[in-house]
Amino acid sequence: MSATVLQLDAVTKVYGEQPPVAALRGVSFSVQRGELVAIVGPSGSGKSTLLHIMGTLERPTSGVVRIGGVDAAQLEDREVSRLRAHQIGFVFQQFFLAEHATVRENVADGLLYAGVPAAERHARADEALQRVGLTDRASFKPTKISGGQRQRVAIARALVGRPAIVLADEPTGNLDSSTGLAIMELLHELNAAGATILVITHDAALAERIPRQIRMLDGQVISDVGAAA
Amino acid sequence: MSAPAAGLSPRDSLRVASAGLRARPMRAALSALGIAIGTAAIVAILGLSSSSQAGLLAEIDRLGTNLLTVEAGQSITGQEAKLPVEAPGRITLLDDVRQLADTGLIKDQSVYRSSLIPAANSGGLQVRATALNLLSVLNTDVARGSWLNAGTAREPVVVLGAVAAQRLGIDRVHADQRIWLGHQWFNVAGILEPSPLASDIDVSALVGYPAAQRYLGYLSLVRGEQRAGPPSTIYVRAATGHEAAVQALLAPTANPQAADEVNVSQPSDVLTARAAAAGAFDSLFLGLGVVALIVGAVGVANIMIISVLERRSEIGLRRALGATKGQIRTQFLAESILLAVIGGVVGVLAGAAATVVYASSKNWAVVIPAEAWVGGIASAILIGAFAGLMPAIRASRMSPTVALRTT
Repeated sequence: MSATVLQLDAVTKVYGEQPPVAALRGVSFSVQRGELVAIVGPSGSGKSTLLHIMGTLERPTSGVVRIGGVDAAQLEDREVSRLRAHQIGFVFQQFFLAEHATVRENVADGLLYAGVPAAERHARADEALQRVGLTDRASFKPTKISGGQRQRVAIARALVGRPAIVLADEPTGNLDSSTGLAIMELLHELNAAGATILVITHDAALAERIPRQIRMLDGQVISDVGAAA
Repeated sequence: MSAPAAGLSPRDSLRVASAGLRARPMRAALSALGIAIGTAAIVAILGLSSSSQAGLLAEIDRLGTNLLTVEAGQSITGQEAKLPVEAPGRITLLDDVRQLADTGLIKDQSVYRSSLIPAANSGGLQVRATALNLLSVLNTDVARGSWLNAGTAREPVVVLGAVAAQRLGIDRVHADQRIWLGHQWFNVAGILEPSPLASDIDVSALVGYPAAQRYLGYLSLVRGEQRAGPPSTIYVRAATGHEAAVQALLAPTANPQAADEVNVSQPSDVLTARAAAAGAFDSLFLGLGVVALIVGAVGVANIMIISVLERRSEIGLRRALGATKGQIRTQFLAESILLAVIGGVVGVLAGAAATVVYASSKNWAVVIPAEAWVGGIASAILIGAFAGLMPAIRASRMSPTVALRTT
């Protein structure tokens, strides 16, 4: 049942021209459906660039990025946007919630650009909120809930479209350690329930708790431990 | 695996476009205010000029356009001509003349509040002898007191025109109300309403022809007999539709010997011209309204540029959620248009309200031309589109990774 949801093949990314800075130098790995993967490395190791390229927010200078078998480099803006709307869920360190909208609306907006009618968006938002344990906060504004709850809302928003892969960028970076641990636990639970999740972090201790760890340094993968068979 | 291209429903588009405005309502209100002021000014100016025109046209309708005025003009040598005493009688015989009244300007008499006023301070007022049917011909009425009758027309009794009463400081009529006229006291019987079709009457003190003859020596000799007169102005009501025909015959009928010494005019022409002038809006104020609109547009553009810079993370998030460049562009363009249209609608309502209040205070019909409010809303849409285009394009071109990197 192991299908490849994400595949990187000799991906490089070079910024600027004089002098050119290579942020990624030939990164190759693949992620199978149902995996929980940590990409870990110090700041400047290229992991943020890698996240943007995996998330199709940025194009690689060379190499191939396949998401669900589609080569993202070949797509137009409209097609790549559609790919993001349907196949990729993002979780950010800063949550990025709309403060004037309710928790339910924030989660439902995860489906806004996927062409889902409003009523269905709200029904699926409630479902996603249930999965992250925030059913009772659905009609709250994000300003009225805690940081950990906000990150749960953001995770629900990433999950609501049932994407092929969830990319979480330092999801515990703005949280205290116990709240961070709770978020990691939630990600484990969601993974156990079938979600494919890729966590980017600089925190080696946090990465230790994740089954597969891809370590990066200076734009290259230096180790890949625990890959699914 | 790929679903059909996802466009937002109109309702979702509106919700997304208004998100920024709902998040910062005070800022949105202030930047819409500039557009509102400009639109209000333009709508009010167009509305007020149309309403005042409608008011004048209604007034003309009420007064009737069939009134013709016959006046003594000048002789060939440049001297002031006189109308023959028989002129009113001859004009009465014309076909299609329905009504006629005449007044005679008594040139060497002036009217004063009291005998103590220096003779030079005549206040530009005239003394006129009048026929008793003047009011029905002019379609006007007394504001206070009463009009002359066959009895008072023989006595030292005067009725004042609206302006004359005001200049003499007389606003009420009572038994002892007197004015000084021709070295004697005249009792004031009444004060007239303004007569827009005969402004000479407004500045006149009117006495009966017999009184003019007896107390003011206003008379002429006709076949050796003393008669009151001559008339200097004859007001003629022609049958509706025959004004031109009657007008052509008036001068030769009034004075067959010297028809070119008679001036004939249609006073409603003047009012019609004034109505046309009132309908021509004040271009200075209209210009100020346009300037306010431009300033408002700059304000909206400014707010949109700031908004795009401030909301980079929102733009990045929306791109991550699958918004295309076009959808981001549409969002900010729609937000700008929405902002301007809110200002435009508020402005149209405020301008219309100003027109309603002012026009009702003047008893005019309220007329707000369609081009005023349609133009107001349309220019708001254009302004919003114009002001928002550059910021919207800038937002759509923003790299999502750059947008997400901030904060």
